[in-house]
Amino acid sequence: MKYVDEYRDLELAGKLAKEIERLCTQRWTIMEVCGGQTHTILQFGIEDLLPANVNLVHGPGCPVCVTPVSLIDRAIAIASLPKVIFCSFGDMLRVPGSTVDLLEAKARGADVRIVYSPLDAVKLAKQNPQMDVVFFAVGFETTAPANAMSLHQAKKLNLTNYFVLSSQVLVPPVCASVLSSADNQVQAFIGPGHVCTITGLNEYKNLAQTYKVPIVVAGFEPIDILESILLCITQLESGRHEVINQYKRVVEAQGNLTAQKLLQEVFEVCDREWRGLGWIENSGLKLGSNYKDFDADLHFEKTSLVEISESAECISGQILRGTKKPTDCSAFGTRCTPDKPLGATMVSSEGTCANYFKFKRFELDSTTS
Amino acid sequence: MCLAIPGYVEEIFEQDGLQMARVDFLGVKRVTCIEYTPDAKVGNYVLVHVGFALNIINEDEAKETYKMLELIGELDSV
Ligand code: SF4
Repeated sequence: MKYVDEYRDLELAGKLAKEIERLCTQRWTIMEVCGGQTHTILQFGIEDLLPANVNLVHGPGCPVCVTPVSLIDRAIAIASLPKVIFCSFGDMLRVPGSTVDLLEAKARGADVRIVYSPLDAVKLAKQNPQMDVVFFAVGFETTAPANAMSLHQAKKLNLTNYFVLSSQVLVPPVCASVLSSADNQVQAFIGPGHVCTITGLNEYKNLAQTYKVPIVVAGFEPIDILESILLCITQLESGRHEVINQYKRVVEAQGNLTAQKLLQEVFEVCDREWRGLGWIENSGLKLGSNYKDFDADLHFEKTSLVEISESAECISGQILRGTKKPTDCSAFGTRCTPDKPLGATMVSSEGTCANYFKFKRFELDSTTS
Repeated sequence: MCLAIPGYVEEIFEQDGLQMARVDFLGVKRVTCIEYTPDAKVGNYVLVHVGFALNIINEDEAKETYKMLELIGELDSV
């Protein structure tokens, strides 16, 4: 595929890895923010190409993982109401709430549907005026414009039966929270390329300056990741902390202004709870005052929710902050697996624990046996 | 979740008042909303996420990056 295959060139990957090794004189810890990048790193075994003193830790950039269980329960409660068609991206269906997941709710008779795009949910609302259609809007800044357009479109079509349950989160506040935690080890970030396609680089420049960390906004193919590690190491070794755009073929410094404009019109910044990390100030988006009528959280009565706490064994909070790895967890691969996840980072295919389980389990088995 | 893939814009049209395109991903065609990439033209590659084009892929930047990358390591071997 054009713009994909050439960024998987093995020979070039080897050259980049050699250059990283040549430049790296001490141990550095670099966090890739986005779950998609974590997936690439584990799928292509990028850590095996790197010298031992480059320590990659895997960040909180999986919106499915960080959606709190209480919100999944709320989604399941709404989906289970009569006269509701509940729409979601496929990766939310198997995420367990405190008792069941959306798939199980569907098996019990809830009308739960997987949509490819939020506009599909709007179409369903238009075709089914007698039903309430609810879209579970999970995602980072990358996905927010699609969700915003669905709301804008529903308003334009005068739909009164389209609702959005927002679980939208923002990347810069969680990066700040990682960097300001007392046990922080992260010295540089591989930044989220698709998020920055929308937002641009400004907020990342603030982060880099405030916390004196280099940030390299990166693509998602192995060559992108390796080049970004090289650009991080070059800066770390020379004491610089700039924002570099490695993903210039897609990301422009100002971001997508058309998308930013609609985001501002439709959403408002709010505090959000992150599974594994707790509440983070100004780290999410909710429907703004012009779109209150479409807010599922306001429209549907709240049922009392069970307070649930993460399994005591689970260290996903530390994994999301880059201070621990899945292999440090005593439940990893035994009591906690993608089929029966105990914590945030195992619930989605982009979660760090799930990626370790998929790509590293056998390797780990053979070294421990 | 933030997965976005490049696709080729084959045709542009309007649907329910929105600018849409038929985008080809190695033979798989998908209707994609291009409201956020108003400059997209037939023949461009766009980066698509959940049915929306996030941006037009900049061919010149892609070539430039690649040219630079190919030089890495060459200097040491001279
Ligand atoms: S393996 Fe499971 S229990 Fe352990 S940290 Fe990861 S998600 Fe939590």
